[in-house]
Amino acid sequence: MTPKPLLNRRGFLQSASAASLVLGTPRLWAAAGESSRMLIVFLRGGYDAMSVLVPHGNGGAFYAESRPHIAIARPGDGNDSAVELNADWALAPALATSVLPRFQAGEVAFVPFAGTPNLSRSHFETQDSVELGQPLDRSRGGDGFMNRLAQVLPAMKPMSFTDRVPLIFRGERMVSNITLANLRESAIDERQARLIERMYQGDPMADRVKEGFAMRTQVSRELMDEMENASRGAISAKGFETQARRIGKLMREDVRLGFVDVGGWDSHVGQGAAVGQLANRVQDLGAGLAGFAEAAGPAWKDTVVVVISEFGRTFRENGNRGTDHGHGTVYWVMGGKLRGGIKGEQVALSARSLNENRDYPVLNDYRNLLGGLFQRVYGLDAKQVQAVFPQSKPKDLGLV
Amino acid sequence: MPAFPACPLPQSRKTLTMTALAPTSRLLAARSRALGFCALFVLAAAAALLAPSWAKDAAPDQAAAPAAMAVRAEEAARVERLSWGLTPALLQQVRESGFDRWLQAQLKPAPAVLPAEVSQRIAAMELSRTPLAERVEQLEVLRRQIDKQADEQEKKAAQGRYRKQLNAQGRDAAARFALLALYSPNQLQERMTWFWMNHFSVGAGKRNVQALIADYEDGMRRHALGRFRDVLAASVFHPAMLRYLDNERNAAGKINENYARELMELHTLGVDGGYTQQDVQELARVLTGLGIDDGEGKKPARKRPAADAADHPAWRQGMVVFQPRRHEAGARVLLGKPVKAGGIDAIREVLDRLARHPATARYVSFKLAQYFVADAPPPDLVGAMAERFLATDGDIPAVLQTMLASKAFTASLGRKFKDPQHYVISAVRMAYPQAPDTVVTNPEPMLNWMQRLGQPPYGRQTPDGWPMTEAAWSSAGQLNVRFEVARTLGDRTGALFGRGAAARLQPQGEAMGEAMAGMSGNPMAADGMPAARKEQPTPAKEAPDERVPLPRVNNPAWQAAFAPRLSNATGAVLDEARSGPADEWNTLALSSPEFMRQ
Repeated sequence: MTPKPLLNRRGFLQSASAASLVLGTPRLWAAAGESSRMLIVFLRGGYDAMSVLVPHGNGGAFYAESRPHIAIARPGDGNDSAVELNADWALAPALATSVLPRFQAGEVAFVPFAGTPNLSRSHFETQDSVELGQPLDRSRGGDGFMNRLAQVLPAMKPMSFTDRVPLIFRGERMVSNITLANLRESAIDERQARLIERMYQGDPMADRVKEGFAMRTQVSRELMDEMENASRGAISAKGFETQARRIGKLMREDVRLGFVDVGGWDSHVGQGAAVGQLANRVQDLGAGLAGFAEAAGPAWKDTVVVVISEFGRTFRENGNRGTDHGHGTVYWVMGGKLRGGIKGEQVALSARSLNENRDYPVLNDYRNLLGGLFQRVYGLDAKQVQAVFPQSKPKDLGLV
Repeated sequence: MPAFPACPLPQSRKTLTMTALAPTSRLLAARSRALGFCALFVLAAAAALLAPSWAKDAAPDQAAAPAAMAVRAEEAARVERLSWGLTPALLQQVRESGFDRWLQAQLKPAPAVLPAEVSQRIAAMELSRTPLAERVEQLEVLRRQIDKQADEQEKKAAQGRYRKQLNAQGRDAAARFALLALYSPNQLQERMTWFWMNHFSVGAGKRNVQALIADYEDGMRRHALGRFRDVLAASVFHPAMLRYLDNERNAAGKINENYARELMELHTLGVDGGYTQQDVQELARVLTGLGIDDGEGKKPARKRPAADAADHPAWRQGMVVFQPRRHEAGARVLLGKPVKAGGIDAIREVLDRLARHPATARYVSFKLAQYFVADAPPPDLVGAMAERFLATDGDIPAVLQTMLASKAFTASLGRKFKDPQHYVISAVRMAYPQAPDTVVTNPEPMLNWMQRLGQPPYGRQTPDGWPMTEAAWSSAGQLNVRFEVARTLGDRTGALFGRGAAARLQPQGEAMGEAMAGMSGNPMAADGMPAARKEQPTPAKEAPDERVPLPRVNNPAWQAAFAPRLSNATGAVLDEARSGPADEWNTLALSSPEFMRQ
């Protein structure tokens, strides 16, 4: 294949986003306001984006030769080959039954070359800085960006589907958390809950105690069927899908801003290709997201799911048939009314266009990308977007 | 070498001897509902009138303790703060010796004497029976078998064997941590051991760190109340740290800055300690060649040694080795001053420099004050502690004494929020004070609770350690799970004594191992949580095990440390509940806002 010249970034903008730039005034998400829902899924550990959105026309040969043991076969090349999405990109076969149909229905967008300018390649520094959502030169600290979003949307109920409130959701606005990996019936009955609440009268934690019980009650009400089944052992463990379906049910009701994280993406060793350890995780993730969409039911049309990760991984495989910490990654955006596709600024892949000849460059800054998305989904004004992402330049990719 | 001598005899009989006093229930009812401790005195043994079952078999010759000995409520609160939770036995001990002598003994601990059941349980662990290097070698043999298998099924089976053995050692280490926190008489040493384990945090999920972690903790424990320079060395020269932060891969021509950066940012100077990127690079070069010999026969870097590298002799301490051939020799400058020595001596020289740096004194003092006093400790307290740190060459007991003598410490009593591990341990100590029939021999339910609360032992995956502030641990969902734990503990919890179905639930270490098996390297998950947890079956509520005594939270320790500072709201609810079932009173007491704090 003859290497493509580096494309003019602006020239590569997708037509939809170009159109919206021309129109200037962003069209509000159909249901901007109270029925809009958003779930952020954080893949912790830096997932290998090239094992999901596979370079095809754009750098496919470079990809294959850079990964002699772990490349996914190009579309049409036998079993377990990637599925073509457009001339440049293909999808991992592990997502063929879950995400692919939704992509074909226009409900899924991938944004390659997305991420943070932070180049530390340290998990914890990069995760923290993404969750705080501040410009790079700002000192660490302050509220997480999802908390700031919840602050500018006081009518929207936030909930973190994690066992602790993560940095991204920590801050001034009270955010509840519950892990849905294990459903348990509460051992505390209503009367005891009221007694405990009474003990906290006048305590700074009083609201949180009340909220905790209320959340518990709500979760048992909405997931009652499943809990009954579970106690009979009817539900088998399906990893993330089980959780995601439960999240979908809760977001179908009154939760408007959700967060969940999925770990285990730090694939330094033996990650596999179309099948293998990483493919299993990808499959589980895809099944989870499809399950979430299904469980959200009628609310799916008002819902946007964004899948993010702290960084991508090296373009070339390492000596252990895995990949090391990289830079740019691929964000996913899904939603019942999305205008899907492959979005954002792109570049022709070659050794020269890689960042430090090592990994994807970041052409779509996550703060600008998410800021633009929030603006559309919730109809935020410029001031509100700046409150969520200070000094950002929101970029509308025309997804909604 | 085992860190704990075998127990000559169960201690409980002696220490739990309580004196039956004249009924003083009115005194208890008339507790002050105001926060703070003012001039309130509580007769510590007053609640003995409740005739707790664990006190009944007191030896008659021990039953003549002085009746009028009282422990001031403030002192009870101090003991509560410096321990993993006040217990009747601990209260008795303080009453016998007086607070000051108790404190001096805590600052200079003698070898721990544990209840016989507990020392037997620990002695039976693989990590007590087999020396570290040998355990690691055995694991390496198993690990190499994985690579040798060509067949996928065989490979999986080999992986399973390796995982099983590795996870068992991680699980034992966590169980031992919980047992020592529950039963070691050297409570301050155990609290400080936790502090250092968190300061020099190592996530057990990486490679075979689960096998190394108990030995690492022993080093922290040994120096927990010594000099900072020594506890620093116990971390630097341990395979757990060298593996966790990749220094074993840091070699001439293949510089890995990971450890050098954290050594200054997290372990000594602090992020604002005034070092530069240049210092990070220089320190990384000083640290080249300091690695691990785990029987793998790691080849030294092929590169020919620099001319003067031969001057630096090889060095070994346990599994830690300094390999001159991997060392990048040369003149170095760190923090503006030349490093005079070379080789292993250069490492010692830079550790001296870092340990004695004023920024280190400030940073370590801040963290100690954050752990023992307040989330945002007053700057003048931190300043005074740092001064003492510098004046005493980092003598930790001296620094702690400055802290303990401060007004800020006294003012903070009862106000510091417990993190989940502390909550769980203190709740078990309160519910099941040490007595012959209630020695916890199976701490795995505790480890599961810690995991549910997002703080499994050794489960912090990032090197910054667990947060020590209230904001990190007091969300709605967190509190809700605490109440669930309180409910379980309020009733008879057979699983803690190796009884009942809950004891058979998949233990925490196993779940951690599952996660590790998913992806070699360092699996990342929600802020320190194992990457993927298996869904655990939810047991139907078990019938309480009648063989296990009903816990009695309303014991002398509760009366001394918590009863005096209950709010009106808590006091009213607990008074009301007194006529109800005892397990409900226990649940409420362990759920109270006062018990969430220390």
